[in-house]
Amino acid sequence: MFKIAERRDLTPVTKLFRVQAPLVARKAQPGQFVIVRVREQGERIPLTIAGYDREKGTITVVVQEVGKTSGLACRLEEGQGFPDLAGPLGRPAEPLLIKTGRAITVGGGFGVAPILPIAGLLRQWGVKVTSIIGARTADLLILEDELAAVSDEVLVATDDGSRGTHGFVTQVLQDLIDKGQRIDQVIAIGPMAMMRAVAGVTQAPGLATLVSVDPVMVDGTGMCGACRLTVAGEVKFACVDGPLFDAHQVDFDEQVRRGKMYAVEEKRALEACRCGGGHQ
Amino acid sequence: MTEERKKPVKRPRVGMPEQDPGQRIRNFKEVPFGYTSEMAIREAERCLGCKARECVAGCPVEVDIPRMIELVRDGKFLEAYRVVRETNSLPAICGRVCPQEEQCEIKCLLGRKGEPVAIGRIERFVADYAMQRGEAELDRPRPRQGRVAIVGSGPAGLTAAGDLAKLGYQVTVFEALHAPGGVLMYGIPEFRLPKDIVHAEVNLLRAMGVDLQLNVVVGRTLTVDELMKDGYQAVFLGTGAGLPTFMSIPGETLNGVYSANEFLTRTNLMKAYLFPEHDTPIKAGRRVAVVGAGNVAMDSVRCAIRLGAEAGIIVYRRSEAEMPARKEEIHHAVDEGVVFRTLTNPVRILGDERGWVKALECIRMELGEPDASGRRRPIPIAGSEFTMEVDTVVMALGTSPNPIIHQTTPGLEVNRWGCLVADETTGLTTRPMVYAGGDAVTGAATVILAMGAGKRAAVAIHRELENL
Ligand SMILES: Cc1cc2nc3c(=O)[nH]c(=O)nc-3n(C[C@H](O)[C@H](O)[C@H](O)COP(=O)(O)OP(=O)(O)OC[C@H]3O[C@@H](n4cnc5c(N)ncnc54)[C@H](O)[C@@H]3O)c2cc1C
Ligand SMILES: Cc1cc2nc3c(=O)[nH]c(=O)nc-3n(C[C@H](O)[C@H](O)[C@H](O)COP(=O)(O)OP(=O)(O)OC[C@H]3O[C@@H](n4cnc5c(N)ncnc54)[C@H](O)[C@@H]3O)c2cc1C
Ligand code: SF4
Ligand code: SF4
Ligand code: FES
Repeated sequence: MFKIAERRDLTPVTKLFRVQAPLVARKAQPGQFVIVRVREQGERIPLTIAGYDREKGTITVVVQEVGKTSGLACRLEEGQGFPDLAGPLGRPAEPLLIKTGRAITVGGGFGVAPILPIAGLLRQWGVKVTSIIGARTADLLILEDELAAVSDEVLVATDDGSRGTHGFVTQVLQDLIDKGQRIDQVIAIGPMAMMRAVAGVTQAPGLATLVSVDPVMVDGTGMCGACRLTVAGEVKFACVDGPLFDAHQVDFDEQVRRGKMYAVEEKRALEACRCGGGHQ
Repeated sequence: MTEERKKPVKRPRVGMPEQDPGQRIRNFKEVPFGYTSEMAIREAERCLGCKARECVAGCPVEVDIPRMIELVRDGKFLEAYRVVRETNSLPAICGRVCPQEEQCEIKCLLGRKGEPVAIGRIERFVADYAMQRGEAELDRPRPRQGRVAIVGSGPAGLTAAGDLAKLGYQVTVFEALHAPGGVLMYGIPEFRLPKDIVHAEVNLLRAMGVDLQLNVVVGRTLTVDELMKDGYQAVFLGTGAGLPTFMSIPGETLNGVYSANEFLTRTNLMKAYLFPEHDTPIKAGRRVAVVGAGNVAMDSVRCAIRLGAEAGIIVYRRSEAEMPARKEEIHHAVDEGVVFRTLTNPVRILGDERGWVKALECIRMELGEPDASGRRRPIPIAGSEFTMEVDTVVMALGTSPNPIIHQTTPGLEVNRWGCLVADETTGLTTRPMVYAGGDAVTGAATVILAMGAGKRAAVAIHRELENL
């Protein structure tokens, strides 16, 4: 059992957990993820490592309720835990990051959480970090203070205009590009539609852009191929070759399509247990 | 052999009762029921008790088969169990999944004229008998100095762990997945190897004091060097050959295309056949094509049928004679209505407008001259392409070792197939005190060969640790 040392409710559908996992904490690096199960009959789902404390032996994950398993995870309390947790998996972000100049990070939904350690790393190297975060409405924005602590500036966008720019994060990004400021790299993590839109915006000016793809996974160690995607015309396994990839090379159409492979079953599972949120 | 050995009885092999095909395709319960005591004795009576012990030579771990059979014939089942356990730590598993027809039974003297003794079935009976009576418990060993780390809990790792624990060493097994057993858990289906049997074998190891650490991906969570630094004097790598192969044909990322590994892992380890009580889903499809004709392909297609497919089709580029699966498994598949399209090779997977598989385009093949493997090489017949309507394609084309371990262990060499280089008799790799065995060294092979490798490595490790 991997005990939950702390639980924080970030929004009604997004929870932060600090989990006791000393071996994972010892090794975790920004960009990596863990695979967890929430119960004995549970499926294996990936969650990005949003932080780690090597001394205390804990890692932080942020879970957004989208279906049965994430819903069950969000119901876990302090003192309870994840029966299974394996990692750190995937490639660290470090070798893919440009270590000078200025970086823009873009976080949507739970995606702000995995951005945190990456922004922290960039700052350590002296890279100037501008972070853009977005949500449907102000109440759903998460981890703004934590992000501010590792960014030179934080820009906010909400779909309903309740905070910051009225509109999408991509608009804020486009404005920065239009201002002609120096940008060396863009790192976007969030819903597929957002990452894809970011890739669209940075394509024309030719800005180096990383996204963290999130295909369905099973083992997370290269064993099953569930997580395959096409990058630059080549088939890759996101769990071992990624999850961070060059945004301009990812076949997003294919990813969106593959993400729907179990849509019918996911709905059935949710209805059968009436546990998840289903707030997509 | 004892002097007063009873005379063998001449009669045909005692059949093993099994679930009727019409019924079993609707469940995941084990297909053969196993011998009763009476059947086991009757079959044991056929054994000649040969001095030459050819059958023993055919068994990679040299089970004392004539002695086991003699004890069964005399009704001394628990004693027979102990005889098997001397050399084989997983008899309930081997009795079920060993390719006996190529190992012990092919060497059986009776097989020269008629049917060999059903050694596997007797072994299975003996092991089940002992387990059901809770007699499988072994004595807790006298502790001895020395800590050994075993990486991977497949048959190779479990055997090495068991043998070293028996010698009294402190043994820790590190397993990447959330359940121990390797392919026995995630690959071979419940209807061929009930998972309770794997649990029982693993619990025996626990009872012997073996420490099992699940969810540890060595190379990621911990490295081999860290294990050595943490005080393990020797490491055994039994990490298997878990990496799937795809064909690199167009359409392989369409929805509805699976590697056999994924298809079987979802079904067996994750119990997708019990969805939604178990959370992992699977899309078995209506018409399922499985590409390949080994045990993995047979297991996949038989799972597909049980998951509700109307048609399960094996697509294989050579002919029936070259199929690598066990004959028994091919028969079971035939009985369950599986269709075999031999001399047929996929060239492309076609998708519908939503990106789901709708058909498999294949080309017909003919057999040419024998290739390096000694099998006749399949050659495509130009212009013979045709399409087969299917909605699921499972690629069962073989597997290779996962590179995580060698990429994260400096000095550990692999050959050009990615298999760990290890000494044949000791399992010693190119790193001192690091041993390896099983599929990680040989590439995809068999349970009993993996066990044999685990055993030899345990002996070698013991020898080294004793001299420390
Ligand atoms: C590398 C990676 C990192 C991730 N990090 C986080 C994170 O930090 N926080 C977070 O909230 N979510 C994260 N996700 C997504 C998270 O894994 C899914 O939300 C979760 O699996 C959904 O399961 P469910 O049963 O709740 O929903 P379902 O109803 O089963 O599915 C909802 C959606 O989640 C996707 N999904 C379903 N099963 C899986 C699976 N086994 N693996 C991956 N995706 C699946 C489906 O495409 C579907 O669109 C990450 C995904 C990946 C691949
Ligand atoms: C579907 C299928 C059917 C088969 N049918 C038969 C049959 O009928 N008869 C037969 O004799 N053989 C059969 N085989 C082959 C047989 O199962 C294998 O040869 C045997 O399991 C190999 O044993 P192993 O211990 O070397 O590896 P595996 O059984 O593959 O076990 C390796 C274990 O190591 C773990 N691991 C891998 N990497 C790491 C890591 N980095 N850190 C920690 N753990 C790790 C894996 O998760 C796994 O649990 C079949 C195989 C398959 C796939
Ligand atoms: S272990 Fe396998 S090969 Fe050896 S006797 Fe038993 S069934 Fe035969
Ligand atoms: S070869 Fe066959 S008949 Fe002879 S001892 Fe072995 S099992 Fe019995
Ligand atoms: S999740 Fe299985 S190979 Fe990536």
